Amino acid sequence: MSANTEQVSIEEKPAEEKPAAKPVAKPAAKPVAKPAAKPVAKPAAKSVELPAFEKNISDKIVEKFGDKIVVSFVKENRVGINVDKENVHDVARFIRDELNYDHVESVSGVDYPKDKEIEVVYHIGSYSDPSLASQLIVLATRAEREENPIPGKDATKLPTLRDIFYSVEFHEREVFEMFGVYFTGHPDNRRLLLPEDWADLPPLRKDFAIKGR
Amino acid sequence: MTNEFLPPGLALQKADERIMTLNVGPQHPGSGHMRIIVQIDGDYIVACDPDPGYVHRGEEKMAEYRNYITNIPHLERPVIHDSCNVLYPYVLGVEDLLGIEVPERAKYVRVICSELNRCIYTMYWLAIYGIFLGHSTMFMWPAGDRELLIDLMEKISGARVTHAHFVPGGVRNDLPPNFEEVCLRQVNYFEKRIREYAAVFYDNPILISRTQDTGVLSREDAIRLGVTGSVLRASGVDYDLRKKEPYDVYEELDVHSNVMKEGDSYARSKIPWLDMLESCNIIKQALEKMPKSGSVRVKLKPNPKGKGLNSVYKRVESGRGSLGCHIVSDGKVEPYRLKLSVGSFRNLIALPYLLKGEKLGNMPSVYWSLNYWPVEADR
Repeated sequence: MSANTEQVSIEEKPAEEKPAAKPVAKPAAKPVAKPAAKPVAKPAAKSVELPAFEKNISDKIVEKFGDKIVVSFVKENRVGINVDKENVHDVARFIRDELNYDHVESVSGVDYPKDKEIEVVYHIGSYSDPSLASQLIVLATRAEREENPIPGKDATKLPTLRDIFYSVEFHEREVFEMFGVYFTGHPDNRRLLLPEDWADLPPLRKDFAIKGR
Repeated sequence: MTNEFLPPGLALQKADERIMTLNVGPQHPGSGHMRIIVQIDGDYIVACDPDPGYVHRGEEKMAEYRNYITNIPHLERPVIHDSCNVLYPYVLGVEDLLGIEVPERAKYVRVICSELNRCIYTMYWLAIYGIFLGHSTMFMWPAGDRELLIDLMEKISGARVTHAHFVPGGVRNDLPPNFEEVCLRQVNYFEKRIREYAAVFYDNPILISRTQDTGVLSREDAIRLGVTGSVLRASGVDYDLRKKEPYDVYEELDVHSNVMKEGDSYARSKIPWLDMLESCNIIKQALEKMPKSGSVRVKLKPNPKGKGLNSVYKRVESGRGSLGCHIVSDGKVEPYRLKLSVGSFRNLIALPYLLKGEKLGNMPSVYWSLNYWPVEADR
């Protein structure tokens, strides 16, 4: 899990932002083969102007956590943060307590079988602070993906954020059944949408194929 | 067969003599396509466990196998009555991924379609809400009056419910000739009609006595639970994406967001009605400001592709609150991953919270006041 946050970095359109220009001190920047076969980061090729308000938010997080996180993008109304699973709890707590974000809008899993990882993306927003109403923090973290998930003995694990953001409760249950990511500490890790006797792979993983396709 | 051999959800629950476990749904008409497992002590609900998923159709999985254009018709299936608003974030996201600039007139056409669809959906919801409170006039009137707007949408797109009218780059077809006058006339009449609902429904003492102070959601809890849309605004949080994060031309229109402080079933049922009046207002403004001619669609290349590994999250205010679409593209013609974060799913978390301590007879009014659409929540 050491350097997996780099190859995560969902690269923005090259014309948009330059997050890598910040002193994030990548520990071991190994350009793992990405699905899109794209160089990992083109630092400071062109200094496009970043939106100031969003840059300010990302700077606060960088200032606090330094090289534990990677800012994957800064664009209008969105700040993308990649963090490994050891630190996701601390970062989320900081986002809630210091930056006034108060609820999670969406939790999506993304399966990367080539990296042998599953990414879980939290979109965190704020109702109570009017200046943050249009802002979202896109917090992404990754778990190692085991090949043959056995129901009841899940090895793909992430810490839950439910004790920080109560609103992730059903979202994490959905990610659990659709991707087989077990959230340790979640009080209610049951299936939500799938039938109780579902005995196949988690259906939104890439190796679960639709018949006839 | 003892419990240890059964899968977790099928295991029988041992309850004591006082507590009785009831399954409401999935066949029960009052629950929609979902099951609500309630535990009651006499007439009072002590615990509630919603069990959605009976209409899960794997929209997100299907989207990974179809290209950006052929995804359009199936993605609007979760809420066919609100099909324009369901497609809206997807279309905005694809435009962002592909870098498409939309013509001005198309933006106004989208706003008009989106507001018409919001009213169509809300009327359908209101009809169901009325009939489950035993008010059959409130079933007949909205079900009849929404035909006015369905006729308008049929004139625009050719289809009565599933329009597939929004496409990346604009809308599929221009408005028919003479549309502005017809639309203005119908919307004016529609507005006059729904104002009459106040006398028969919202000011009705029977409705007020049944819904006031039932299922109260405080402002703090609404924020903590992350609910959205009418549920959130009924609890005193002024949050409407048409104002807070305006998309397309909402910035140029005067949008008023309706907020009530009470947080009870009555407030939650009144906010969508107020929203319909606001929608009529927005449609009239948009008809006035819309450019009278011009292109409504940018021609796309066949099989458009995203650029590299990229992700986008767009959200709009639908009839049931914020509706977000998270698209991850890896440079192919299909999305790598598509996630719909829908208002119904987000509001469901409030149901166990609100039903605890309520009488069983209040369950329909609390449940339907959440503006919950089971098919959308399951996707």
